[in-house]
Amino acid sequence: MPLLYPLLLSSALFGIGLYGVLARRNAVMVLVGVELMLNAVNLQLVAYDAWFAETLHTGQVLTLFVIALAAAEIGLGLAIVMAMFRATGSIDVDEADRA
Amino acid sequence: MSLPEAVFLILSAVAVASAVLAVGSHQLVHAALWLVVTLGAVAGCFVLMTAELLAWVQVLVYVGAVVVLVVFALMLTRSPTGSQSAEVTRNRPLAAVLGLLATVGLAATVIAGFRHERITGRLPGTAASIGDALFREWVLAFEVLSVVLLAALVAAIVISRSGSENR
Repeated sequence: MPLLYPLLLSSALFGIGLYGVLARRNAVMVLVGVELMLNAVNLQLVAYDAWFAETLHTGQVLTLFVIALAAAEIGLGLAIVMAMFRATGSIDVDEADRA
Repeated sequence: MSLPEAVFLILSAVAVASAVLAVGSHQLVHAALWLVVTLGAVAGCFVLMTAELLAWVQVLVYVGAVVVLVVFALMLTRSPTGSQSAEVTRNRPLAAVLGLLATVGLAATVIAGFRHERITGRLPGTAASIGDALFREWVLAFEVLSVVLLAALVAAIVISRSGSENR
């Protein structure tokens, strides 16, 4: 398989995730965009690992770490979103600085 | 074109289309469910790149846990689950331009750098080989990561609790 296929898919997913982070007003949907960007990074890491094929499996082990950190990030992020909802009654990121 | 390449291209198309729907859908719960399709397609891509353990971790952690958390958060914050027009910021055109620029820039870079390279799948990422690498060579990073996870868990509890005490 050409190495370019996963790399180009990853580029597309990263751009879409970036758009989601910047364009969405709902804070939960901003986190969804962050998850898409992290998945793009995972795709790159796995693709380079399968291409480079070394016994340490650096790319795939780092992907495991990124997945675990993404789980921690979404847990903390959603806790912050819930705190923001309790404090202001809204999770609109456009109004967050005004509240 | 071999069969794995054709399947990979189909999965890529599914992933990109559902990712666009996930960031573009005006119905928030639909957007969260399109995220499931994207993450599942990426898990399929992991299998085709011989990373079978990671594909299962992706299904368990992302599709299983993260999406459930997202849907829970949508319900708990009483987000408008129906159709709503004011879902995007005023900066939407700028965001679209920036997303497109990021995609084009990354794609140009990887095309310039890896145009002729091919994935051979010489060393598949089975559970045995990844576990071997993880607990032989990466064990310190693994332990640090478990401390980070614990800290994140405690911090999430603290943030949720202090919010309710302030009321």
